[in-house]
Amino acid sequence: MDYFAQQLINGLVLGSIYGLIAIGYTMVYGIVGMINFAHGDIFMIGGFIALITFLILVSFGLTAIPLILLVVLLVSMAITALYGWTVERIAYRPLRHSFRLAPMLSAIGMSFVLTNYSQVAQGARVKPVPPIITGGYTLHEGSGGFVVQLSNIQIIVVITTVVLLALFTWLVSSTRLGRDMRACEQDQTMASLLGVDVDRTISMTFVIGAALAAVAGMMYLLYYGLVDFFMGFVAGIKAFTAAVLGGIGSLPGAMLGGLLIGLIETLWSAYFSVEYKDVAAFSILIVVLIFLPTGLLGRPEVEKV
Amino acid sequence: MQTSRAPGVAFIFKKALISALVALVLFSLMIGVRTEAGSDGQLTYWTRFGDLAMMVATVFGGSIVVELLRQWWGPVGTVRVVPPQVTSALSFAGRLVAPVLLIFTFLVPVIFYNERYILDLGILVLTYVMLGWGLNVVVGLAGLLDLGYVAFYAVGAYSYALLATNFGLSFWICLPLAGILAAFWGVLLGFPVLRLRGDYLAIVTLAFGEIIRLVLLNWQSLTGGPNGVTGIPRPTMFGIPLSPGDDGLAAKLGIEFSPTHRIVFLFYLILALALLTNWVTIRLRRLPIGRAWEALREDEVACRALGINTTTTKLTAFATGAMFGGLAGAFFATRQGFISPESFTFHESALVLAIVVLGGMGSQLGVALAALAMIGGFELFRGLDQYRMLVFGMAMVLLMIWRPRGLIGHRAPTVFLERNQAISSDLVKEGHG
Amino acid sequence: MSADQILDHILSVDHLSMRFGGIVAVNDLSFGAERRKITALIGPNGAGKTTVFNCITGFYKPTSGSMRLAHDDGHNIQLERLNDFRISKQAKVARTFQNIRLFPGMTALENLMVAQHNALMRASGLTLLGLIGAPSWRVAEKAAIDLARTWLERIDLLDRADDAAGNLPYGDQRRLEIARAMCTEPALLCLDEPAAGLNARESASLSELLLSIRANQGTSILLIEHDMSVVMEISDHVVVMDYGVKIAEGTPQHVRDDPRVIAAYLGADEEEAIAVMESGT
Repeated sequence: MDYFAQQLINGLVLGSIYGLIAIGYTMVYGIVGMINFAHGDIFMIGGFIALITFLILVSFGLTAIPLILLVVLLVSMAITALYGWTVERIAYRPLRHSFRLAPMLSAIGMSFVLTNYSQVAQGARVKPVPPIITGGYTLHEGSGGFVVQLSNIQIIVVITTVVLLALFTWLVSSTRLGRDMRACEQDQTMASLLGVDVDRTISMTFVIGAALAAVAGMMYLLYYGLVDFFMGFVAGIKAFTAAVLGGIGSLPGAMLGGLLIGLIETLWSAYFSVEYKDVAAFSILIVVLIFLPTGLLGRPEVEKV
Repeated sequence: MQTSRAPGVAFIFKKALISALVALVLFSLMIGVRTEAGSDGQLTYWTRFGDLAMMVATVFGGSIVVELLRQWWGPVGTVRVVPPQVTSALSFAGRLVAPVLLIFTFLVPVIFYNERYILDLGILVLTYVMLGWGLNVVVGLAGLLDLGYVAFYAVGAYSYALLATNFGLSFWICLPLAGILAAFWGVLLGFPVLRLRGDYLAIVTLAFGEIIRLVLLNWQSLTGGPNGVTGIPRPTMFGIPLSPGDDGLAAKLGIEFSPTHRIVFLFYLILALALLTNWVTIRLRRLPIGRAWEALREDEVACRALGINTTTTKLTAFATGAMFGGLAGAFFATRQGFISPESFTFHESALVLAIVVLGGMGSQLGVALAALAMIGGFELFRGLDQYRMLVFGMAMVLLMIWRPRGLIGHRAPTVFLERNQAISSDLVKEGHG
Repeated sequence: MSADQILDHILSVDHLSMRFGGIVAVNDLSFGAERRKITALIGPNGAGKTTVFNCITGFYKPTSGSMRLAHDDGHNIQLERLNDFRISKQAKVARTFQNIRLFPGMTALENLMVAQHNALMRASGLTLLGLIGAPSWRVAEKAAIDLARTWLERIDLLDRADDAAGNLPYGDQRRLEIARAMCTEPALLCLDEPAAGLNARESASLSELLLSIRANQGTSILLIEHDMSVVMEISDHVVVMDYGVKIAEGTPQHVRDDPRVIAAYLGADEEEAIAVMESGT
C-alpha cells in the first residue's frame, strides 16, 4: 500500500509535466487543426535554456534558490516562447490554408531541425545538473520500513502546474485573447470578419504553448537533473498521446490525459517492467481510442450528411 | 506591374533588423553559451560570442537576400504565362521521364559496374522507392494517414531474419512469408483502429510503430534486443549462392568471382521488387478495389451511400501497403546481413511519408523522383556530417512551402472514354482518415 | 392505415421516431412510398425531412419505429436492422445528398464506375481475377463502362465523361449524382433536394430525367424538395412534414389545398407559402 502511494505521487508528478506539454499540443490542434510535431523539441529547448540560465546565474555567485528559480523560469519561458513564435512563422504560417499533410511534414522537418540544432549547438552528451532543490517530507513510515516521501521538488512541480493551469484557464475563459482564440477555433474566416486578428491570435497560441512547454522543460530538469537533445522526441510523443487520450482540443482533457499517462507509466514500471512502460502507455491509448474514438473528454465528431 | 512596386530599401532593412534581433534572442543562450560536463561530472560552460555574432549576421544577410529574391520573383501565386509550345514540349518531355528513368535504372549496374558506392546508393534509393510506393497505397490512394509504416518494414525484416537464422529457410521462401506476415499485422492493427479518423489514426499508427520497435528492443530472447540479429543469410540466385566457393554462381558460370556480382544481383532484386510493387499498384488502381480506395479518399460518406464496405476497403489498403513494406523489409535484412531496432525508428516512417507527400500523393512517378531526390540529397550532404539532419529538416520545411502538393501535381484517371487527361490536384481530396 | 393494404408500397415507414438528446427531430412518422411511383417529402426548413432520409439510408439509427422495404420479388427487408453500406448493397436503396457529394477529383466516368463497385468486385473475383486480367473480368469491365456511358448519355454529359466531376457546372453535378446513384441499380432512389440551386431550365430537365427513370427503369423514387414546381409536376404522392410529424398527405392537388399545409408554410416562411399556393394556379 505504501509502495503504491509512493508510486501514485511519482506518477502524478510525471503526469503534471506531460500535461503541461500536452496543453501546447491540444491548443495548437484546436486552433489550426494540425499536429505540431516540433512541440516536443520546444520542450527540450526549454529544458536547455533553463539549464544554461541556471549555470550562468550560479557562476555569477547567486545563491538565493527562490530567486534563481524565478529568473530561470522567466528567462526560459520568454526565450522558448520566441522559439514557438519563430517556428510558427517560418514553417506553418506559409502553409496555413494548404493541403492537410503539408504542415504536418513541415512540422516533422522542423522537429528534425530543432533536435539537430541543439545537438550541434550543445553537443550530444547528456547534461547533468546537481540536485538544486533537496529535502522533502516523510508522509508515512510503513511497518516494513518503507517510507512514503514527498520531496520538495515534487511539491514545486505540482504547485507550479496547478498555478499555471489556473492562470491559463483564466486566460482562455476571461480575457480578450482567450475569446479571440475560441473564436478562431470555431471559424477563422468569421473571426477575421468580426475584427479578430487571426494571425496574431494563432501566433499567441504558439507562444503560450511554447511557454508552458518551457515550464515543463524546466520542471523536467529540476526533477530528473538532466537534459539531452533527444528528450523532446519521446516526451513529445507521450504528451501528444496524452492530448489524444484526453480528447484533442480539450484543455482539461490534456491535463487529465497527461496525469493518466504519467500514472500508467509509473505504475507499470513499478509493478511490471520498466522496459515495457512505453508499450503500456501506447497500448492503453489504442484501447481507449477503440472504445472512445475521440478520447476521454473530446467532443464526439458529428458527421453531417 | 501596376500594383505595389518593390518596397523601399528602408523596409528591407527594417525587416532584416527585426529578423536579426529575433535571432539574437533565440541564439543568445543556445549558441552564445556552450555547456559540457567535465570529467568530474560537473557541468561547466564557456561563451562563444563570436559564433553568436556570426549567426546573427548570417540571419541579417539572409533576410535581405530572401527579401530581394522575393521581390525579384514577385508575389507567390502569380500566374506565369507559359507559351503553349513550351507547355506541350514540357508535357512531351514529361511523358518521356518515366521510360528514360527506367532504362537508365536498368543500365546503372552496367555503367557503374566498378563504382561500388553508386551501386550501394542505387540499392538504397530503390529500397525507398519501393517503400514509398507501398505507403502510397495507404496515404496517396486511400487517404489514410499512417505514421507507423516502419513497423511493417520491421516485421518483414525480422520475419526473414528470424525464419532464416532459426529454421534455415531460404530467402525465396521467406520473402512471400515476410509479405504475408506484414499484411497480417496490417490487418491486425487496422481492424480496431480504422474507424478512427484523421489525426487519431495518425497517432495510433505512430504508437503502433513505437510498440513494435520497443518490443523488438526488449524481447531479448527472440530478437537479440539492441544487439539485433546477425548472420542473416545472403540471398541466393534460386539456390545458387553468390559466393567464391566451387558451388558458387561464378564457378558454375565459369567466370571469375567478384564480390560485385552480389551487389549487382541485389540491385536487380530490389529493382524487380520495386517494379512488382509498381505494377501491382497500377493494376489495382484500375480494379474496383483501387477505385474504391480513391473514392474513399474523396468522400467516405458517399462511398457508404454507394454500398461500399469502407472497413474492408480500408483494411485491404492497409494490408496491401503493409505487404509491400514487409517485402522491402525482407530485402533490407538480406542485404544488410544484420538488423537491429535502430533501423526502424520513427525517422524512417517520417522519411517515407515525406517521400510520398513530396512525390505528389498518389503519383507513382512523383514518388520515385522524390525518393531519388530525398535519398540522393541526403547522401550529398553526408560530408556535412552532424549538420546533415539539420539540412535535411530545413529542406523538408522548404520543400513543403515550395510545393505543398508535391512534385507531380495531378492525378491520372483510371479509365477514360475519349481523352486521357490529367486532373489537377486542386480538385483531388486528401482524405480524412 | 387501410390504404397500406390496398396500395403496393415499396417502402413502408411505421411510427418512426428519431431523437438527438432532448430534441425530437422525427416524431412517430408513418408513411409509404408506392412502387414505381414518385413520392415527395416536403415541409418547411427544419421539419425533419433529411433526418428521415438519413434513417432510411442507414446514416442514423432511428430511436424507434420500423422501415420495411418490399422488393419486387416479394422479399422484405427491415431497413432499421441494416447499417450504412448494407442499405445500398443489400436493400438496394440509393441516395443523393443535399450538398452534392461526388468524388470531385475523379472523372465523371470514374464516379459512375465506383458506383458499380459491388458488381465489379464480384466480377473481378475479389480482385484476383482482375489482377491477372482474366477474360471474364474484361467482359464485365466493358459492360460496366457501357452502363456508365448509357447514363452519361441520358444526363447529357457524354462529352464531359473524362472531366473531373469537381470541374462540372453545378447543374451537371446534380444530374451526375443521380446517375451515379442509378448505377447501383437501386429499387428505391432517394433524392435530397435534387433541384436545389438549379435554374428553371435545369429544373425542367431534372423533372424529365426523373420521369424517364420512373418510366424506363421502373425505379421507385422518394424525394425531398423545396421547388414546388418540380414537386407538383412529377410527384404521384406528397407527404408533408412539420416539426417532425406528418401534417398531411395525398395527391399534389389535395396537399396544395390543405389549410394545414398552407399554415405550416405561412408560419415558417412566407415566400415558400406563396410558392405553394401559386404553384397550382
